[in-house]
Amino acid sequence: MKHDSSSPVLEIRDLTVEFRTSRGGLKALRHVNLDVPRGEIMGIVGESGCGKSTLISAILGLLATNGAVTSGEIRFDGEDIVTMSAERLRALRGDRLSVVFQDPMTALNPVLTIGTQMTAIQYRTGRSGAEKERRAVDMLARVNIPDPASRLAQYPHQFSGGMRQRICIAMALIAEPDLLIADEPTTALDATLEVQVINLLKELQAEFGCSILFISHHLGVVAELCDRVAVMYAGEVVERGDVRDIFHHASHPYAMKLLQCDPGRIGTATRRLPTIPGDLPDLVDLPQGCIFRGRCDRAIARCVAEPPPEHRVGKAHWAACHVAEEAGP
Amino acid sequence: MTALLRIEDVHVSFAAAGWLKALTSGSPRRIEAVAGVSLDIATAETFAVVGESGSGKTTLARAINGLVPVSAGSIAFDGRQLTGLSEAAMGAVRRQMSMIFQDPVGSLSPRLTVRAILAEPFHVHKMAGRDLESRIERLLGLVGLTADFAERYPHQLSGGQARRVGVARAITLEPKLVIADEPTAGLDVSVQGEVLNLLNELQARLGIAILIITHNLNVVRHVADRMAIMYLGRIVEEGPTETIFAAPRHPYTLALLSANPEPDPDAVIDRIELQGEVPSLLQRPAGCEFHTRCPWAAGRCRSEAPAVADLGGGRRFTCHFPRQG
Repeated sequence: MKHDSSSPVLEIRDLTVEFRTSRGGLKALRHVNLDVPRGEIMGIVGESGCGKSTLISAILGLLATNGAVTSGEIRFDGEDIVTMSAERLRALRGDRLSVVFQDPMTALNPVLTIGTQMTAIQYRTGRSGAEKERRAVDMLARVNIPDPASRLAQYPHQFSGGMRQRICIAMALIAEPDLLIADEPTTALDATLEVQVINLLKELQAEFGCSILFISHHLGVVAELCDRVAVMYAGEVVERGDVRDIFHHASHPYAMKLLQCDPGRIGTATRRLPTIPGDLPDLVDLPQGCIFRGRCDRAIARCVAEPPPEHRVGKAHWAACHVAEEAGP
Repeated sequence: MTALLRIEDVHVSFAAAGWLKALTSGSPRRIEAVAGVSLDIATAETFAVVGESGSGKTTLARAINGLVPVSAGSIAFDGRQLTGLSEAAMGAVRRQMSMIFQDPVGSLSPRLTVRAILAEPFHVHKMAGRDLESRIERLLGLVGLTADFAERYPHQLSGGQARRVGVARAITLEPKLVIADEPTAGLDVSVQGEVLNLLNELQARLGIAILIITHNLNVVRHVADRMAIMYLGRIVEEGPTETIFAAPRHPYTLALLSANPEPDPDAVIDRIELQGEVPSLLQRPAGCEFHTRCPWAAGRCRSEAPAVADLGGGRRFTCHFPRQG
């Protein structure tokens, strides 16, 4: 049931997610628009509390029981995940839609061997046991696990952290999904291993042709890996565009500040690093107007009065900011 | 330069296997997490120890603070030998040497208010006077928190605020040395900047020496005067931060520096990608311990461990074939 190859594999329109809390409704995501084009790597950056994880849970239909999509749609290959039956969604997950989680130790079952887990995940394929095992060995070899056939009998604790994450990547790609969601897959890894995983993801993406939705708060990793980037703040996508648009011509004040804060971008050694003064707004009791205005040094009267709509600031580059709008593309 | 902290040839080992397993499998009974580390830290200096998981950097920090026993070598702090001190005597030393632990929220007791957390060091060291309340207020002010934070519990703090409380607790007794174990791990970049600025500021104001343990090179560059790079429990390179960044000599340092993804999609990356995995401490490679992952390893590296080369000015490294900076 493949759609034409020009339409995005994932289209999110006007997505709002709300959690019931004792203080009232907490709007964790508000009017999010996002496209993940076929065969591309889309990065989502933002700091803690910006809604990155909620977005993934919503896409996977795994929102906590006190949370619900209150408006909008998440179209995966044209089909809306929000209104889809649980059964249909279960058929998508692990087949055409797979995930690599942040912590490879808790993502793998500690009491089952790697081989058992890698064959069990192929239950839908109808392959014979021997075929499944062969496929598992191939995938392990593909993610550079030395001596893969004999390591199938080993347990997760017998592998190093970097190897475990590569095994998780192998498991996520074993079904050749259309979309791979990678939730901070390198955060738990050291710098040299992080580089190994980024290079591996790049190679595998080119080989399998899948799309990747890559969530990270590490700007360097996103710049290096992704084709497109969306910047999130307090539950909203404040800017999105081509990776070069975002890193070279950021136009939303939050995106600009976030980039300035990265010590990796500060060439000369300094004892005084830039910060973003102020705190995240309360998502239960939202401020009027622009979500970032309380911490923005360019806020104007209009920012208090009305929330800025998303508008085009470049060819495929959008920002939700009144000031950026006036500056024009 | 008189050293505030002088560490000489320190070893820390942990039990790895019982005698039966050691006998049957031939694996060693103990592993050396820190295997012969020497370094000096001067008053009011920031020294960074950099390395990946398992390099022994946290164990080294804990050994200095007396939280794990040292199996060989000596640690002298403020002219006093710490190895072999009784627990009571070590307690008194810790007044001068405090620690900021890795997990900002987890290192604060969930059942104590910020006030109680900050008052505890005064009680432990029997220094709680009548002015305790005003001292707590002053401490909160120093780390940029308002007085009403004293009433809060750790779960009511954000990661950055909890980290500030951790810093405040570390400086309560006006120590000479603060050991900060990954002080910015898990923090967002904007908050990370705040915490590092705070540490820099406190150092300038209070003249404390800081030993910072981290794997984040971007952080080191902006806070540390000098740095040491650890691999498998040993220092492979050491020197002033600027010169190490400008001209790394050890291949591992070079690889670490180049493994730092740059926030620029058009950056031309001349990267040294390390092959293979970090060797197990149970089976240390022969010769140079880095040779299994080193792109330049030659025959000599596999058989002969390199000696420490001293370039002067505190610049040292251990490599047979150093890179030309």
